[in-house]
Amino acid sequence: MSTAAIPDDEQLRARFGELKPALTRQAAVIEADRCLNCFDAPCTGACPTHIDVPGFIKRIATGNLRGSALKILDANILGASCARVCPVDVLCEGACVMVRQNRKPIQIALLQRHAMDAFWAAGETPPAKALGSETLSVACIGAGPASLACAAELCRQGARATIIEKRELPGGLNTYGVAEYKLRAADSVREVEMIRNLGVGFRCGVDVRSMAALEALEKEFDLIFLGVGLGAMQRLGIPGEDRDGVMNALELIAAYKTGHLKELHGTVVVVGAGNTAIDAANAARRLGAETVYMLYRRSEGDISAFDFEYEHAKQEGVQFLWRRQPLAIRGAAHGRLLLDTVQVQEVAGKLLPLPDSQYAMECDLVVPAIGQSPLANLLQTLRGVEVKEGRIVADPMTGRTANPKYFAAGDCVNGGREVVDAVAGGKRAALAMLKTTEVINV
Amino acid sequence: MFDIGPDISVKGFAGKIDSPNPFWLASAPPTNTGEMIMRAFDAGWGGAVWKTIGEPVTNVSSRYSATDWNGQRIMGFNNIELISDRPVEVNLREMAEVKRRYPKHAVIASLMVASNREAWHDIVVRAEDAGADGLELNFGCPHGMSERGMGSAVGQVPEYAQMITEWVKEKACTPVLVKLTPNITDIRAVARAAKRGGADGLSAINTINSITGIDLDTFVPRPNVDGKSSHGGYCGPAVKPIALNMVQQILADPESALPLSGIGGIGTWRDAVEFMLLGCGTVQVCTAVMHYGYRIVEDMAEGLENWMRDKGFRTIEDFRGLSVVKVTEWKHLNLNYKIVARIDEQKCIGCDLCYIACWDGAHQCIHLDRVTGPVDGHVELHRTPAEEDAESRARLAVTPVTRKERAAVFGQGPYPTPLARIPRVDETECVGCNLCSCVCPVESCIAMVRVDKDVASETWEERVGQGTREQGN
Repeated sequence: MSTAAIPDDEQLRARFGELKPALTRQAAVIEADRCLNCFDAPCTGACPTHIDVPGFIKRIATGNLRGSALKILDANILGASCARVCPVDVLCEGACVMVRQNRKPIQIALLQRHAMDAFWAAGETPPAKALGSETLSVACIGAGPASLACAAELCRQGARATIIEKRELPGGLNTYGVAEYKLRAADSVREVEMIRNLGVGFRCGVDVRSMAALEALEKEFDLIFLGVGLGAMQRLGIPGEDRDGVMNALELIAAYKTGHLKELHGTVVVVGAGNTAIDAANAARRLGAETVYMLYRRSEGDISAFDFEYEHAKQEGVQFLWRRQPLAIRGAAHGRLLLDTVQVQEVAGKLLPLPDSQYAMECDLVVPAIGQSPLANLLQTLRGVEVKEGRIVADPMTGRTANPKYFAAGDCVNGGREVVDAVAGGKRAALAMLKTTEVINV
Repeated sequence: MFDIGPDISVKGFAGKIDSPNPFWLASAPPTNTGEMIMRAFDAGWGGAVWKTIGEPVTNVSSRYSATDWNGQRIMGFNNIELISDRPVEVNLREMAEVKRRYPKHAVIASLMVASNREAWHDIVVRAEDAGADGLELNFGCPHGMSERGMGSAVGQVPEYAQMITEWVKEKACTPVLVKLTPNITDIRAVARAAKRGGADGLSAINTINSITGIDLDTFVPRPNVDGKSSHGGYCGPAVKPIALNMVQQILADPESALPLSGIGGIGTWRDAVEFMLLGCGTVQVCTAVMHYGYRIVEDMAEGLENWMRDKGFRTIEDFRGLSVVKVTEWKHLNLNYKIVARIDEQKCIGCDLCYIACWDGAHQCIHLDRVTGPVDGHVELHRTPAEEDAESRARLAVTPVTRKERAAVFGQGPYPTPLARIPRVDETECVGCNLCSCVCPVESCIAMVRVDKDVASETWEERVGQGTREQGN
């Protein structure tokens, strides 16, 4: 696949410099030596993919970097991107026993990145069984982390897997939706390249959102894995939402990552206070917006963003407006916008507007960021796959859906969690699918 | 009230050597020149054993190598340097200068010459003329010099050691210390020979034969001298336990016991106190100074003083040798003494290193399943480490994305650590081996508690002696 769609833009790189620079070799060894090497380590338990964290860390300490990387990849084929995007404060590093001794937790993410960078520098691909040694053939719909993990595991075990993606580039949100200072789109595509080297097939730019396309897939493949993620971002449901100058958070992030949005000016209002909202607000600041507000209808204590993301946004200079709700978007002079807002207060679980608290914010861009909606139109076409509240109903341990031909994992099942959750789900589904064939073959 | 504080000075060591404190620099690179020794005395060192004086040698380039451990530099240190490469006259001229400027500090001349009486007589007279307060006979150097019939080549043959000590004593007016090599089956053999030869004191231990490591790219051991290496002498923190044992052996043996200057891995006042508790009157330091410089002596002197103050000791003689009688042969240990491990749940951080150590390295009596009391009669059935591990790996973990989920993950239980990760000791099976308390990273989290109340002491000797005493010894 070509990475031509990913610009190597000097300005972009300067504006979105890495949040956490890589460890030098000696710093990595010093950090690795600090690890206590816990038995049945809590960090491993907290990781959705159960990476053997002390195992890979101690391999760094001894200089067995290849062994370290393989230890990571055996558990999590997207170990490189997870090292960059995982909210480790609430996962492995949050579980590190060191904090109970008033010591800093081991910098697991940076160590994982150290091992993965070395693996990448050596140009390696993890070992896999001979392709076709399992007769199973699977189509994975969507090229995000869930499908990538599922397809990679299938190929490593000798089965065949083909990823079908409607966008130009694979990687899903890893490529299009993660803040560039955490994970560069080019690095995501590079990681996908390693998965392709395992023997995974890719069909990008292919839309299967039709009965006919799905029927064709059902004929061509033994099983189908749904790693379709979520749909577009939810609409605010207020007048003026379709005006020029309104762009949702994922559109904004994808636009600057692919070089279609290089510059912002003036005032940007992000509506919402989740992690994606913060990514968009920080991006707006870095792209040049002088003033960036985050508008949230509840209070500081209610935001769904991780604490470290909230702190980061404050450092970036993002300003927060609590208990304020958007009402309408109107046009203003010089192509600007007026966002009508009102102060609200929570009464018996309901948000009620405060009288005389309405005012219009003059701004240049409004960024709705109140979560993604389910992929309703695709899901309706899937016969026999149970869908509940916009999510595919699948067994979390196996990814099985109500239709034995279909498996599913990732955001389309869990409603939107982290990359590492999608990887774990995709891999579990792959292992379950392999078991299915064992039964059939016997 | 006027508090004069503890007195850490040394008086009359090996008969006549005084020094303001028991901390001497060992004969080594830190005592190579008069200028260095004077700076060391300014920093607070009480004495110095001059880098061994003898016919000047030619040293190789690349002389040291170290053993690092877990990120810590110089756990052990190795050298292939020989004795002084400076002319005898220069060393002795500088020694006279040092003694003139620092009359109260101990300056000991370390000596090594060819094994003939005249050579030894000559060097002894010259060193004492230069003002040396004592002489240390280097019978220990394990590399290079030994190939020329000196150093440990003497120190490994009791007869030679005795003979040369006798030659030295024929001329010496100052105390004669013999420095012992540990590279021998029983260090007491040479200690006894030195004593028979009339030595006034001993220094122990010299360095231990070693190869510190091998370069995995070139396959050449360190230190690399143009593609080859040679065994060196090992020292530093790693050798302290070996040195303490040898010091104890010497001082517990009446035929060996002499005033002893302790050497081997001493870097802090704590190390020094341990050597003194085993009977050493002074201690010698090298590796720690090579690592950090002369300045480390400040804390050594202060720490010793403050410890003595805490314990109520006024002089070093008040505590010197107190631990000698606390080392005995195994057969005299009480077989009925019984301790068990107790884990403090408030301190446990849940690393479970004690658990895996007990299962794989000891007696399988620390468990993660919090079963109380015997489950299955005397033999309890517990999950193995592999089963515990597999169970964790099979457990579904998800990122806690909402505040509520995070509160559930990081919520507080009765202890700082989730109860499921706090191991429990089966005291009926615990043999009191100490392994768990050795691996526990948290200070005083695992206590070894005595449980043998009201059981009379019985040693192995007493137990087997019951039926055998009549038949002889």
